[in-house]
Amino acid sequence: MTFSPELEAKFEKLVKNYPEGRERAALIPMLLFAQDEVGSLTREVVEEIARRLSLSLLEVEEVVSYYSMLTTKPRGKHHIQICTNISCLLLGADRLFEQAKQKLGIEAGGVTPDGQFSLEEVECIGACSWGPALQVNYDYHHHVTPEKLDKLIEDLRKVQ
Amino acid sequence: MADLVTLTIDGKTVKAPAGTLVINAAKSAGIDIPAFCYYDGLALQAACRMCLVEVEGVPKLMASCTLPVREGMVVHTESPKVVASRKAMLEFLLTNHPLDCPVCDKGGECELQDAVFRYGAGEGRFTEIKHHVEEKQFSPVVFYDAPRCILCYRCVRICDEGLGVKALGVIQRGAVSEIAPNSGDHLECDECGACIDICPVGALTSGIYRYHTRPWEMKHVGTICTHCGDGCKTTLGVRENEIIRGNNRDRSGINGEFLCIKGRYAFDFVSHGDRLRKPLVKRNGKLVEATWKEALETVAGRFRELKERGARIGVVGSNRTTNEENYVLQRFAREALGTPHIDHHRTADILSFLAAVGGRTELLGRTEDVYTAKALLIAGVDLAQQHPLLAFQARANWRHHGAKAFVVAPGPVREEQYAARVVRAKLGEEPAAAESLGEELKKCEDLLVLFGGSVRGEALRRLVAFGDGLGIPVKYICLADYANSRGAADMGLLPGFLPGYQPAPERGMGLAEMLEGGRLEALWVVGANPLRRRKLNSNAFVVVQDLFLTETAQLADVVLPAASAYEKTGTVTNTCGEVQRLSRALTVMGPKPDLEIFALLAAEMGVDLGPLDAKSVWAEIRGNVPGYQVAEPVLMTGGAAPTSPPKVDGVTEEDAALVEPSGDTLFTSGSVSRYSKILNVIREAPGGLFQEKRTKLT
Repeated sequence: MTFSPELEAKFEKLVKNYPEGRERAALIPMLLFAQDEVGSLTREVVEEIARRLSLSLLEVEEVVSYYSMLTTKPRGKHHIQICTNISCLLLGADRLFEQAKQKLGIEAGGVTPDGQFSLEEVECIGACSWGPALQVNYDYHHHVTPEKLDKLIEDLRKVQ
Repeated sequence: MADLVTLTIDGKTVKAPAGTLVINAAKSAGIDIPAFCYYDGLALQAACRMCLVEVEGVPKLMASCTLPVREGMVVHTESPKVVASRKAMLEFLLTNHPLDCPVCDKGGECELQDAVFRYGAGEGRFTEIKHHVEEKQFSPVVFYDAPRCILCYRCVRICDEGLGVKALGVIQRGAVSEIAPNSGDHLECDECGACIDICPVGALTSGIYRYHTRPWEMKHVGTICTHCGDGCKTTLGVRENEIIRGNNRDRSGINGEFLCIKGRYAFDFVSHGDRLRKPLVKRNGKLVEATWKEALETVAGRFRELKERGARIGVVGSNRTTNEENYVLQRFAREALGTPHIDHHRTADILSFLAAVGGRTELLGRTEDVYTAKALLIAGVDLAQQHPLLAFQARANWRHHGAKAFVVAPGPVREEQYAARVVRAKLGEEPAAAESLGEELKKCEDLLVLFGGSVRGEALRRLVAFGDGLGIPVKYICLADYANSRGAADMGLLPGFLPGYQPAPERGMGLAEMLEGGRLEALWVVGANPLRRRKLNSNAFVVVQDLFLTETAQLADVVLPAASAYEKTGTVTNTCGEVQRLSRALTVMGPKPDLEIFALLAAEMGVDLGPLDAKSVWAEIRGNVPGYQVAEPVLMTGGAAPTSPPKVDGVTEEDAALVEPSGDTLFTSGSVSRYSKILNVIREAPGGLFQEKRTKLT
């Protein structure tokens, strides 16, 4: 399979960043970028990346299954990741998480029927000083309150 | 030896070469540091934390499996701090580990069980429900029980580094990590079972052995595998006269603990339902069961009558029977039957090889040379398929010593994964291709040439001449198939040669001429199936000694049921010319060892061939056969003693033309493999030689 011209160019550069014979070092960024473009690491994507880096499918699957940021199932357009680790928890993250579940009508790991939202409970995202914190795709949201969460979801609904 | 470093371990002064790991330095001083992930010969993992030791002046405990010795280092391997840490590690390992030891295959020989016992770590403070997932079957050979797995990665490394197959990996993370096979839900691999034997716990178990016995109920018989020509030691676990498993965990023998699927599991043919248990005699055109007395009388009577008439009798020996049997068979043929027509299925041109070597025994490569040579030229052979032990050794040589491998093959072979150069050449055209590597080979310190049965006659002479002309020390291994091909030739199962390649007074017919010339009045086939490939063009009286009713046996007038290699004693000579001794694992009712059959026939015919027991015949071989004056203590202690074959003269082009490599793969073994259940149920079987599919299993 081929990716978009931009991603192909990125991959080409990426593989050259590493010494000869160590091209497999490009595996994680390649998976991440491919996932962003395709939506998830489908069998086709995994096979393609394995082929490009001369790895076995199992070697790629080892990495894909290890990292929670990598997924083989499609996520929503807006992937909401709520931290429920200790700092955020003390500041009410558990209630935020419950609220998100109700508002979106999905469980942790679920995707809304329209494919707009997916929800995930995550471990520390490194924003303890500004908790409770959550992440929508790559964007951070700090000091989240129930009102802010409602508004955030409403705003995201309007994004097409 | 490199400079020695002096250190103190548990109060003992220990000297070890620089670079030695503390765990090994301790071992050399008789101090056993427990470890799960550390494994001799494999890459370091430092994952299990069992081998932590206290080093004075270092605040934290150190993993002795990755810590090189340092001058003046003071190490404590069993201090209270270390013991407390090991107990804690064991408690962690047991958090999800099921305590099903009473039904686990590994119970009684489990490294985790032993460690828990050693440290008295019987108490666990975790009250959470153990994480459980169902057991998985990866293949007919390999089963995986994830909860028992302690994630030491030994299986992953032996498969990747040792075999070059890379069939196992680890998926997921943390407590839910588990071993996964390379092909979705199943394995696509060599099915060698190395992962199972290397597993310190009962996570990987074998479909052949699982739930059959407790390990302490077996007796263990170390003998030689009867399949390919490499001559691996396989230690058979026997209970109530049944072989339950094969392995070589004690690392005795030339193969260490390496075994392929055939050595580890394909002993099962011995108990196949089609095994001949009683002699068969042809009556009214049909083979019917008979007593040994009837059968022996029939054969002896006909042989005597035919001999008196001076009839033309052909004898075909085996490349699996013992040296003793082969030696007696040719004596029987030549002395008692007075026939020069004796041959066997030749799978390599050993005659031309020994003629080319011309008595320079220092040119004969041994199994250990495959691991120590600085460079290897692997020509006309799919080593990983046809000679799995030598392939493992060659790979280990590259991994451990950086040996340079040069491959000449007609198609892809696994050795190409690490080869310095690969040249494609048709079978039989290897020498010309090898010559193109001349300049590179000349730069090597020394060279070991391994070549298959396709290199014969003129090509073989050319290859040896090329090696001789390189100006560096060169050794050769002529690769033959089956457990005793070399012994068959050495013992004179050849029309032109007596044992030890002494010229026969009269040159008899070779195998092809015997069968196809149409002039035989009797044919005696011992442990061979020549009519699988050829036709018998005569109405000869046919006597067959075999385990099964093969194509040849079906045409016989008398069939005598023979014992397998696992049911008798004697010696066999592997493809490197090393003699090893068989040990009897089973006693059989009905079938008899070929040697005993010869003795009974001799008695029935009233001919005296001397005492025909394995011990006496071996003494005769040692006394009479040039090259077999091997070190007896080596054999007695289960070792492999190299023979020193003499110069061979009088080899003809017919000898080279009679060579027919068996073409066996990793999953076939001549006619015998049809009767091995395991070799027939694995999805990889029968496989093929020089194929991409078996080379890159990813």
